Amino acid sequence: MRKCSLNSLNAVFEKLANDSALYMPVDGDKGADYKKWEMGDELSSALNTNRSAKDFFFPQTENLMEFKVSGKEIEVIDTRDEKEDFVVFGVRACDAKSFDILDTVFLSEPCDSYYANRREHATIVTLACTRPSETCFCNVFGIDATKPTGDVTCWKTADDMYFEANNEKGKAFIEKIADLTEECDSKAVEEQQAKTKEILKKLPLADLKTEKFGKDKTAEFFDAPEWRELSTSCLGCGTCTYVCPTCQCYDIKDYDTGHGVIRFRCWDSCMYSEFTKMAHGNNRLSQLERFRQRFMHKLVYYPTNNDGVFGCVGCGRCLAKCPISMNIVKVMKALGGNDGE
Amino acid sequence: MNNRSEVLIPKVGVITDIRIDTPDVKTFRVVTPDGKKAFDHMPGQCAMLSIPAVGEAMFSITSSPTNTEYMEFSIKKCGCVTEWLHQAQVGQQITIRGPYGKPFPVKEVFEGKDLLFVAGGIGLAPLRSVINYCRHYRDKYGKIDIVYGSRSKEDLVDYAEIITEWMEEDGINVHLTIDREQECWDGHVGFVPNYVKELNFDTNKTVIICGPPIMIKFTLEGLMSLGYDKTQVYTTMELRMKCGVGKCGRCNIGSKYVCKDGPVFRCDELELLPSEY
Amino acid sequence: MQKITCESLIEKACELIENGTVSRVIGWKKGEFDYDLTPAVFANADEIKKNFIYNDFSGANFSKYLIKETRKGEGKVLVFLKPCDTYSFNQLLTEHRFDREKVYAVGIPCEGMADIAKVKAAVGDGILKITSEGDELIVENLYGDVNKVKLADVLAERCVNCKSKKHTAYDELMGEDGEILDNNRFDEVEKLENMTEDERFAFWQNELSRCIRCNACRDVCPACTCEKCVFDNPKSGVENKAIADSFEEKMFHIIRAFHVAGRCTDCGECSRVCPQNIPLHLLNRKFIKDINTFYGEYQAGEVEGSRAPLVNYTEEDIEPNDAVKREE
Repeated sequence: MRKCSLNSLNAVFEKLANDSALYMPVDGDKGADYKKWEMGDELSSALNTNRSAKDFFFPQTENLMEFKVSGKEIEVIDTRDEKEDFVVFGVRACDAKSFDILDTVFLSEPCDSYYANRREHATIVTLACTRPSETCFCNVFGIDATKPTGDVTCWKTADDMYFEANNEKGKAFIEKIADLTEECDSKAVEEQQAKTKEILKKLPLADLKTEKFGKDKTAEFFDAPEWRELSTSCLGCGTCTYVCPTCQCYDIKDYDTGHGVIRFRCWDSCMYSEFTKMAHGNNRLSQLERFRQRFMHKLVYYPTNNDGVFGCVGCGRCLAKCPISMNIVKVMKALGGNDGE
Repeated sequence: MNNRSEVLIPKVGVITDIRIDTPDVKTFRVVTPDGKKAFDHMPGQCAMLSIPAVGEAMFSITSSPTNTEYMEFSIKKCGCVTEWLHQAQVGQQITIRGPYGKPFPVKEVFEGKDLLFVAGGIGLAPLRSVINYCRHYRDKYGKIDIVYGSRSKEDLVDYAEIITEWMEEDGINVHLTIDREQECWDGHVGFVPNYVKELNFDTNKTVIICGPPIMIKFTLEGLMSLGYDKTQVYTTMELRMKCGVGKCGRCNIGSKYVCKDGPVFRCDELELLPSEY
Repeated sequence: MQKITCESLIEKACELIENGTVSRVIGWKKGEFDYDLTPAVFANADEIKKNFIYNDFSGANFSKYLIKETRKGEGKVLVFLKPCDTYSFNQLLTEHRFDREKVYAVGIPCEGMADIAKVKAAVGDGILKITSEGDELIVENLYGDVNKVKLADVLAERCVNCKSKKHTAYDELMGEDGEILDNNRFDEVEKLENMTEDERFAFWQNELSRCIRCNACRDVCPACTCEKCVFDNPKSGVENKAIADSFEEKMFHIIRAFHVAGRCTDCGECSRVCPQNIPLHLLNRKFIKDINTFYGEYQAGEVEGSRAPLVNYTEEDIEPNDAVKREE
């Protein structure tokens, strides 16, 4: 483990930013968001950025390819280019875990080269949490907020920033800032972790039960009467899906620029009325069906296809952002996740 | 970067022949610009066809894999992409990618069995690939029965091939039906599910069925009443798709994605999925 | 003014459902915390007693829910309306969007609703409990702290600039009715007007480029009630995000602002729900201010059945050319 004093953190950032693009959460007047670091920017202490860190690998819109059309002829132009290395600093444990979930989708065969390219060029530096919010429930999904994953894990104490590499990429990162950091023991980090763990136990959502959900539970929950009431005031907007770090549904569309056609990909939401619409019909006509799809995907379908791993990381963004304050916690409790409550 | 493969980037295909099948179905023959087949496939698999700036859509490959020269797609006019294709001329280029999905188990399950194909309207398109595959390897398959129905005689897809080839072959029985009486039609009249029951097939057959959902539903009920088991019946599904490779997230029925876990399902497997299709 | 209590609303709702005046009640349902209330439809007194809640976070405007709710079921539906909600209510009636006969509206006074983001900004995260005491909120957190914050300091933007404490529609009123207020709601618009064109463009570019096209502003908006929205039509070419580096969010929001011009009551739901905290109400307020300037003071939803200036030609109407010139 290595550390640097918080006073010299700017020097570390400067060194990193000279080498490659460096992104981190920075506070603005509308909350924290990831921003390309420039001298003067301060690392935010916020737990959640407005938008999740998935944007780095799965941006809300990206161009995939181009077509030149002349008469009856079509030329397909591969416009992909190799990305440059970049560092994402200050990723929280929940968002870090979301990358594993996105990986199972995008990196499984056939591998999505757009996603893979960004993923390979990124170094993920995570930051342990010390002051969780009441909306945090990552522990429910087995995530340790005091030791987030990623290529490098950091802990920020009152005076110092601690660094520990988790893999080869992480070691290369530590090497890069070796001059600005010093070797140290992990005592301060362990103390912080123990203290945070006590707080994590007291979180109001710490006892949210997941046992009833998971692999092969489709039949148990699909026709549950609770869906009606849960979805009754859902606006059918895409807020929950777009702020969610694990939601990854997309649309592919064409745009005629006048000199050619750009085929692009953009986020899409299973909450939208047209999401499953075909020329000859739509298999999810009601908001109940669309609402159910989203939560069944996170709690049952995804686990069924991925050895029981849930498609939620407990970041709490949907709790904070849903216009009607409906969210996965309320769904889990209503469907019997917490008996007797 | 361009050494990374990417399934979303399609190949160029050329339409080399357009056959008018019915008032709203045309069959398009597609090859690459250098005159080859775009890729190999198995019966029941699909391909993504697109016209830049119009859209991309999934179609079942109608031709048999044993056709080594070209692929065919029988396409009914019903949305943006299909409407555009229907006004296209021979020589038009499109884009094509695939093959997608799990094929019919023509080797693993169908070999050595008597086969019963049941199709309604454009539902014949995916089955034609299987039928012609089985005809090509005729000695590997038992008796073949084909029940095919549509609204009228004019709406029967591939009518010429059915009459001149399928009906002429030994060991293949074709049972055609149309919904209502019509001049110049001395064949059977009535809906497909009832006709299947009337024909009272032996229950030793493996059934491959495709057509409108309502036809599938009632035909299945009919087959059950004849003594069939759902494990003997295969069908192929269609839902909205964008990527074709299980990532865009919209063609799922429960935990299964039609594009990669389907489109071919055995009816008992389908029964385990939620009724959201 | 006496603050209305949750108990009195529960009592009223139970009374009306038990005496058969209404068959259902649209209300706020308790959440996991004291601030995450969900709009819900209650069908009996037991449910109401168990889950109905009214507190400083009962911000949601229920008017739009009446469209869906009046189309189903027998009997009337009870809706509680804060003064600002009644403007949306009237505007929807003016546009014949629901059957007035199927609604029993109870007006409730409002001293302004709190914005949880502002509460958190003031006293920090990790909130376990929020209680109201006089004009203060008592906030207890995970870390054992108890903080006090004045409600006036954490009011939602629309409440800071409250336009009216007067109910413009109701069947029954609880408590006393208030007055239409003098307010400073156009101050922010004036700031934008005083910018140079480039500054203003930069302002909106910065704000709107954060848009994620979740459509929450549209879906919550009581003026956005088209059965089929152009932004849901895949053939429109504008139903989703556009190619990278384009700026189509601008188009989305400007089309929307134009479409609700003259009908927007300035209820502020769009800005309340925006997950990216974009001050969307400023676009609509600019239209309201311009309509006031060009056609005389007009408040959508103040009077049921009123003809908005934009759909009511009079000979005194300003000539379009003059309107453009005055803008310059």
